[in-house]
Amino acid sequence: MLYIFCPHCGSRSQNEFAYGGDATVKRPELNKEISDQDWDNFVYLRKSPRGKHLELWHHISGCRQWIKVERDTSTHEIFKTYKADELTE
Amino acid sequence: MSQDFRLENIGMVNRNKKISFTFNGKKYFGYEGDTIASALIANGVHLVGRSFKYHRPRGFFGVGVDEPYAILQLERNNERDPNIRATEQEIFEGLEVKSVNCWPSVNFDIGAINNFLKMFFPAGFYYKTFMWPPSFWYKIYEPFIRMAAGFGEASIKHDKERYEHKYEYCDLLITGSGPSGLASAYAAAKNGARVILAEDKPRYGGSLLTSDVNIGNQTGVEWSEKIITELKSMSNVIVKNRSQVFGYYDHNMLVMSERISDHLPKTQKYLPKQRLWYIRAKEVLISSGSIERPLVFGNNDTPGVMLSSAAKEYMKVYGVLVGKKPLIFTNNDSGYETAIEFKKNGVNPIILDTRKEPYSDIITEAKNLGIEIKYSYVVVAAKGYKKVKSADIAKISDNKKDLSNIENIECDCICVSGFWTPSIHLASQSGNKSEFNEKIDAFIPKKSKQKENTIGSANGKFTLEETINEAFDKGYEVSNKITENNNKVSIPTVVEKKSSEHDKFWCVPLPKGKSYKRFLDFQNDVAVTDIELALREGFRSIEHVKRYTTLGMATDQGKTSNLNGLQLVSDIENKVVPQVGHTTFRPPYTPVSIGAIVGREVGKHSKPTRKSPMHEWHRKNNAVFVDAGVWLRPRYYKHGNETLFEASKREAKNVRKNVGVCDVTTLGKIDVKGPDAAEFLNRVYTNAWLKLPVGKARYGVMLREDGIVMDDGTTTRISENHYHMTTTTAQAANVLSHLEYYLQLVWPELNVNVVSTTEQWAGAAIAGPNSRELLTKLFPNTDVSNEGLPFMGYKEADLFGIPAKIYRISFSGELAYEVNVESDYGNFMWEKIMEVGKEFQIQPYGTEALSTLRIEMGHVAGSELDGRTIPHDASLEGLVSKKKDFIGKRSLSRSAFTKPDREKIVGVVPLDKTTSIPEGSYIVKDPKAKLPNPKLGHVSASCWSVEYDNPFSLAIIKDGKNMIGQKLFAMSPLKNKTIPVEIVSSHYVDPEGKRVRA
Ligand SMILES: [Zn+2]
Repeated sequence: MLYIFCPHCGSRSQNEFAYGGDATVKRPELNKEISDQDWDNFVYLRKSPRGKHLELWHHISGCRQWIKVERDTSTHEIFKTYKADELTE
Repeated sequence: MSQDFRLENIGMVNRNKKISFTFNGKKYFGYEGDTIASALIANGVHLVGRSFKYHRPRGFFGVGVDEPYAILQLERNNERDPNIRATEQEIFEGLEVKSVNCWPSVNFDIGAINNFLKMFFPAGFYYKTFMWPPSFWYKIYEPFIRMAAGFGEASIKHDKERYEHKYEYCDLLITGSGPSGLASAYAAAKNGARVILAEDKPRYGGSLLTSDVNIGNQTGVEWSEKIITELKSMSNVIVKNRSQVFGYYDHNMLVMSERISDHLPKTQKYLPKQRLWYIRAKEVLISSGSIERPLVFGNNDTPGVMLSSAAKEYMKVYGVLVGKKPLIFTNNDSGYETAIEFKKNGVNPIILDTRKEPYSDIITEAKNLGIEIKYSYVVVAAKGYKKVKSADIAKISDNKKDLSNIENIECDCICVSGFWTPSIHLASQSGNKSEFNEKIDAFIPKKSKQKENTIGSANGKFTLEETINEAFDKGYEVSNKITENNNKVSIPTVVEKKSSEHDKFWCVPLPKGKSYKRFLDFQNDVAVTDIELALREGFRSIEHVKRYTTLGMATDQGKTSNLNGLQLVSDIENKVVPQVGHTTFRPPYTPVSIGAIVGREVGKHSKPTRKSPMHEWHRKNNAVFVDAGVWLRPRYYKHGNETLFEASKREAKNVRKNVGVCDVTTLGKIDVKGPDAAEFLNRVYTNAWLKLPVGKARYGVMLREDGIVMDDGTTTRISENHYHMTTTTAQAANVLSHLEYYLQLVWPELNVNVVSTTEQWAGAAIAGPNSRELLTKLFPNTDVSNEGLPFMGYKEADLFGIPAKIYRISFSGELAYEVNVESDYGNFMWEKIMEVGKEFQIQPYGTEALSTLRIEMGHVAGSELDGRTIPHDASLEGLVSKKKDFIGKRSLSRSAFTKPDREKIVGVVPLDKTTSIPEGSYIVKDPKAKLPNPKLGHVSASCWSVEYDNPFSLAIIKDGKNMIGQKLFAMSPLKNKTIPVEIVSSHYVDPEGKRVRA
């Protein structure tokens, strides 16, 4: 079970969090023309990298904040965690 | 009754407390502190089971977790508990155990014929023998294998025992209380660290219990007792026996199973059987020790052949002799310690040492005691079927290839020592890549992967002095990183006998003309010939060899067999062991009971139960409850002998005719607040929200980005910047997460806050033509007329002194209101409604009637909004704004969502007006069409329309709009029903919606 450092609460067990997928995906702006292909990429297509990955976790049984976690998908090593509005490196 | 093999003046069992137990129906006795193994051996019993494949007789091989043979089935409190290691299970009064793997009995086992048909059971026999013809599998092969195989029978009854889970944090977890565990725990505890010391056996001390050493002028036993007593008295230390740390998981999470009452006759009511500990440790010291390796020779699986360290422990800990004519077969000094112990207890052993001219203190001591020692000697084969009776021994040449002077000598046990294998399982599980150490012919941990260090013999340190020094140092070093107390205790002096080097020889060649089975893996009957065959057949990777031959598999996970297997593969392949590599160690280290893994989360406890504040009223008024997510909701209120069908019909009818009240507390409620709340709702919902006035509610639908309906509900503008959102019961948590996602990550510039208020409000839906009259009496000071409180209006009011909120919204399609009060007043509100409503013929109604009412009105719910439907499918396209953008809008223009024959919700009525249509039925044009019958759609919800008194269903079918009026068929292959139906509008009752606006 992972031990995730929530920037708001401190280190907590994985079972307090919900996984939220790729944190680098950016939602297209509202009211903007967008091609079927680009929209499709946003809704459905995700990379599944082996190694470092910036992902979202929701501290659902804690502060209820969404946070960004830089994690190695093969070793589960967590390098850094960020608040939702914090700039990532 | 005397025990033939019990020694008088040695051992740690409690001689004052006799305990009786039965084994295979026969009564035996032992002493408190005995294991099943020690008690049976004391009684001269060595035949306890049959082997997995050949059903050869099985005795005891070890004395602890590594035991490959003595797996028994325990009967306890009328429950069966399979897979019990006799070497670990302590006896208690009334214990009943029996052998497994034998049928009809351990003495006469029909499966032993396999032993004589062994040409059918070579490596990979499962893959070869039972393949053809395929039709034989179910009828012949599988039943045969099932009856003949397996380590016991699991209970199929509900396990009444109690299992618990515990979460614990510590600075330092130490796995094993041998010399390294004790020393490091002591050093770390004295340095202020929070320490957990776990020992899998009942007694602390590990090898100190059986070795003849001296630490700080005390015997090993005295020293370990002193240290344990002091550790137990320290508030920063948790010491646990009968506790096995079996798994090392990510981020230094380790899991330990504590056997709390497995050794007690009957579990006390509140005493758990086992407890699973989830331990998050800042640092881990792995002090799990080492396991003696077997030597490989002919028939080395015969009962009476066992590890020499086990023979010693049976004497020193249990006061039990494993034999009276022991043969010690060793390639190192450990066998001598066992021989000396035999000698001290009046038994004359013979030592066969594979080495030519070894020299050490301990060998000298053995000589001085007059023990007979034969150098360059080996056991060629054990003789005897159910127990060792003699052994063929021989002199072995210097190159270890040739045998000479083969002779048979009498013996009743053969104690083998092939040197020691460090238990690196936990280190390996943590991700530590181990390395092969030539000096000890075994793997030891390499560089730490997580926050773990391995110490003592688990780290390949086989002298006590090295072990103690390393452990004190590591205990201090690791704890000081955390506490920075710099409090270092002095290391005691160690006195021990020096040993000489072990012999790398481990597998005795076969004498000419003999084909004895030489076993590597005792649990799975994997012999030298099986490995040879697997390699001949082309299996090269050790992982493949393992799976093909089953070497190192099953419950003992190859604790005694792995290294010899690797050695053999290396020898045949002319490689060295590190090139072959070892198979992956995976948790659990020892078997863990399913009960312990599940803990208290069984049955009703597997999830929390949420109850509304009115729950007790419902219960007292004969409500029959139903699970709605984690909530308990009244399904119907039973009058007399009513069935569900009758009661729900009565309740629904009363809503249509008079007035009913339904507990709607479970609906999700979310407060949305902030200056940008309207803009936010406008983006979340498909319809327009910017112009909703204060004091008004609106129905809204929200989508996921893929265009699928996520949830629906009404949201009310309470004040300028405050909205009260409701969600369905099931989606409440998801909707909150969804809103938080957009506010925190996508549109952080919006100044809005959301918070769940589901549990803050108790809700009652009052529905029916009499509802306004009832409200007038409930709220005499509030204008609830159609003008004062119109459809979709909202008012705050006073309910007999209690502040209440009235929303004029309707799920039932009748004139209806929802009244909310703070949860603590919920019951008061409910009782007032029932009391005042009496004159209007009020009746409470449950979820079944609620469903009936909404289905015949064509209102959609979870069964239509099932994660596959877009607004159009549920006839909600009128709520989709063409002007503004919102979450998921772009997806709605995808081609599959806009095709002309897109599915749509319709009503379905059986032509005979009497046959109910099972939910989930397919709607088809031709019931006799060739399978698979092309389906138009499915029935999502069914009810008995109380308005028309006939069955009515909702269905979502292809091109639904144009199907109305068509005669089709509803097919339920599950219920074996085909029902002719007519497709009608989904709004079966009051299609113009006059009633809600009345
Ligand atoms: Zn948090």
